[in-house]
Amino acid sequence: MHRRQPFWQRIHVDPWLLLLILVLATVAGFVLYSASGRSTAMLYRQGAAFAVGLAVMLTIAQFQPRFMQRWTPLAYLGGLMLLVAVLVVGTEAKGAQRWLTIPGMMRFQPSEVMKLIMPMSVAWYLGRRTLPPSFKYVFISLLIIGLPVLLILKQPDLGTSLLIGASGVFALLLAGLRWRYILGALVALVPAALAMWFFVLHGYQKRRVLTFLNPESDPLGAGWNIIQSKAAIGSGGIYGKGWLQGTQSHLDFLPEGHTDFIIAVLAEEFGLVGVCLLICVYLLVIARGLYITLQAQDSFSKLLAGSITLTFFVYVFVNIGMVSGLLPVVGVPLPLISYGGTSLVTLLSGFGILMSIHTHRKWMPQG
Amino acid sequence: MAKPIQLKDHLSDARTVQRRVVLAAVFMLALVAGLVARMYYLQVVQYEYHSTLSENNRVHVQPVPPPRGRIYDRNGIVLAENRPSFSLNITRERVTDLDTTFALLQSLLELSDEDVERSQRRLTQTRRRPFESVPVVFELSDEQIARIAVNQFRLPGVEVQASFVRHYPFAEHFAHAVGYVGRINEQEMARIDQVAYAGTHYIGKTGIERYYEDWLHGTVGYEEVETNARGRVLRVLKRIDPEPGRDLTLHLDSRLQAVAEHALGNRRGAVIAIEPETGGVLAYVSQPGFNPNLFVTGISYADYGALRDSLDQPLFNRVVRGLYPPGSTIKQMVALAGLDTGVVTRTSRVFDPGFYQLPNHSHKYRNWNRSGDGWVDMHLAIVRSNDTYFYDLAHKLGIDRLHDYMTRFGIGTRVSLDMHEEAAGLMPSREWKRNARRQPWYPGETLIAGIGQGYMLATPLQLAHSTALIANRGVWKRPRLLLHAEGMAPDESETPDNVHLRNDGDWDFIIAAMEAVMHGERGTARSAAQNAPYRMAGKTGTAQVVAIAQGEKYDSAALQERHRDHALFVGFAPVDDPKIAVAVMVENGESGGRVAAPVARQLFDAWLLPDQEPMSFTAETSQ
Repeated sequence: MHRRQPFWQRIHVDPWLLLLILVLATVAGFVLYSASGRSTAMLYRQGAAFAVGLAVMLTIAQFQPRFMQRWTPLAYLGGLMLLVAVLVVGTEAKGAQRWLTIPGMMRFQPSEVMKLIMPMSVAWYLGRRTLPPSFKYVFISLLIIGLPVLLILKQPDLGTSLLIGASGVFALLLAGLRWRYILGALVALVPAALAMWFFVLHGYQKRRVLTFLNPESDPLGAGWNIIQSKAAIGSGGIYGKGWLQGTQSHLDFLPEGHTDFIIAVLAEEFGLVGVCLLICVYLLVIARGLYITLQAQDSFSKLLAGSITLTFFVYVFVNIGMVSGLLPVVGVPLPLISYGGTSLVTLLSGFGILMSIHTHRKWMPQG
Repeated sequence: MAKPIQLKDHLSDARTVQRRVVLAAVFMLALVAGLVARMYYLQVVQYEYHSTLSENNRVHVQPVPPPRGRIYDRNGIVLAENRPSFSLNITRERVTDLDTTFALLQSLLELSDEDVERSQRRLTQTRRRPFESVPVVFELSDEQIARIAVNQFRLPGVEVQASFVRHYPFAEHFAHAVGYVGRINEQEMARIDQVAYAGTHYIGKTGIERYYEDWLHGTVGYEEVETNARGRVLRVLKRIDPEPGRDLTLHLDSRLQAVAEHALGNRRGAVIAIEPETGGVLAYVSQPGFNPNLFVTGISYADYGALRDSLDQPLFNRVVRGLYPPGSTIKQMVALAGLDTGVVTRTSRVFDPGFYQLPNHSHKYRNWNRSGDGWVDMHLAIVRSNDTYFYDLAHKLGIDRLHDYMTRFGIGTRVSLDMHEEAAGLMPSREWKRNARRQPWYPGETLIAGIGQGYMLATPLQLAHSTALIANRGVWKRPRLLLHAEGMAPDESETPDNVHLRNDGDWDFIIAAMEAVMHGERGTARSAAQNAPYRMAGKTGTAQVVAIAQGEKYDSAALQERHRDHALFVGFAPVDDPKIAVAVMVENGESGGRVAAPVARQLFDAWLLPDQEPMSFTAETSQ
């Protein structure tokens, strides 16, 4: 006989996370409406995607972490096969081959699924071993991380492959990767990068890297967005110009105002105050994620929850950093705010995993 | 899997993770502090700067398109230039109402409905960045400019801009070789680098303009400007100049081109002259031509329809896309194959009663000379273009060896270095027939392949190239139009292997026979070589026209004329030091010796004799 569980725990929902997600969704609604030029159609589509994402999140939360753990190796192999399939029979768009077209259904991007599979795989591998991992375990973990990263790099999709690689590395770092390995890797990176630069890369590739690092040197391409988004953010001031009052964003100066550059719209209309409040909400989400990580009862759950949380933070940080001109421009949406269904569903799935880890604790066998 | 039993210390593991989580939290807070600091810097420290920019309706980055490289002939005569022209540009974001604006423009500029429709299409089709203006009406007259100026206050978002438009001063004379530029279409949009073409509205569509697009285009520059809400530029904050495209110098010689066109007269056909030593194309005539200037800013339906539907097919590039049975112009190569494989010798003879029969077959393969030439050896067979001899030789060689040798000479392959549209032609083989026709190869088909008929199809370019190859005694030089692009040469990395014969003397033997075609008593082109102060080598041919290859309209009088054989001639001169190799194809010209060879003779004279009367085109002068 089980003790009667609280309501939230019975339906496997973490009320704090749910509340924060709903807050962010509401903010998203207001900003999107403004950024899209008062397009209700876009709002409906995003709302529908959000509903789908919530349903997926709730479904995932029902599965026990042990169940996920059991199927992780298979999911990993399946994910790899999909990535190979993308390279062989994938659909090409804008010079990159990232999608699989399922006849009669939609286009689907396997690297998106890998965003979830990657932290699970490393957590699965390291979770059953004594922490901190020995050199051999680290090496094998790196292989697990490297394979999909290389496959996605070939599509080519530098941004996604780096983010997915990072989610695996986070699990490794949380597992207590020894400092000497971390230092060693950093030291080894420098000569490797230099060698690549001088012996491997072609002129045009170097130019691409330089533009990547300094977008303002390419004012007609990546830098164009940056110049405009900085003007939008900067002109917002402390309190902003007010909702629907942003001029920069509404004049179509920002080509991706409703997707990757949406924070510029928010910053213009709600000012520094709005940005700080949003960052606070994100910090609360992250704090909750870390709390769940600490409460988790086995290594797999801990590493998985921690990795998901840290990756979420990276999304927020990279997006805001890129739009404000601190970081190179990579295609990273602002979590839960940017327009786009796919990333929304993936993110909410991640929260589903967090909820599952948190609400199934009592049933986990001890020892 | 067996592995050593390890006791997992969960408490210690948990502590490990816990320490790392705390560390991560500290790290993340530090990074967020960085973000907030950045936002503070932009929104508080730099607020004045950004809000000023924003007030003035804002920083604006404008691409500055590079001037396109010009194209010259070998003497420095301009074949493609950029002509200043005033165009009407529209910036969509600044137009209050497109329909009224267009209605007003129509009455001001006296545009036809079709003009308006095209202008509107240009505005919607073009990909642009926000606030970029798009040219929609070109070549405005002074009066039109004045009318717009007077009505400027009623036309927000509309401006007159001076820009450069491609101009081809020789109009139709170099249309097929040089090609033309046109507005970037959807397909090209997907292919090109959007940034590199920011502000550029034209791209090379055919010929040299397309092949060397990357060199001609140059590198885009940009301007950072401050504009006011009405779109007027207040000041330029920063400017990076564009890098102009490279100028190209071609091997083409406009004077020789003029001679070739003049020699061809009003007939339809192709003439191509190659310098054997370099592979450089000296003359490139596909007649009739068309005026490429019509295509630059967008051709009207009526003009395009006229060009497309003309029975003479002016848009058809006969030099590199015209596929004709090469006829007897390949016999010298078949002869070389026969000598090199050893199936015949220079002196072995065949008796020609006027036809040839395969052993145990009743079908008679006819010689063009029905009465027959009697005993024929190889030299005479080339001089007389004797079909019977070559039926026999082709039969002895077999299709496999024939295919092998002809391919080495470039028949059925793309030979050019820089001619974008080149068709490969067709050198048939067993394998080709199995795949294309699902049928085995029949022995009779080898015979007609031996005289350049049947399935075999070659372009005039391939014929000129194979002739230059013989003049070079087997050394491959891929035909090219480009001489240099400000010091850069075309990429020659993929030149096929030279043709090596087991006995080098065979080259001399065959060339001597080709010389006798021109200068011998019984040569098929002897009339074209009369009174020449130098020695030339050649080979005549005719190509049967079974059906009109590309004709679409039915016109019985014209049709009859178009059923006549095409006249072909290939040749080079002077024999002892070849300076020029030529292929001439006159559509429905009937006789290679009588019609095509004299054209080649005029080119030889123009190129080799220093005191020739110079001939030239008149260039369309810039307005």
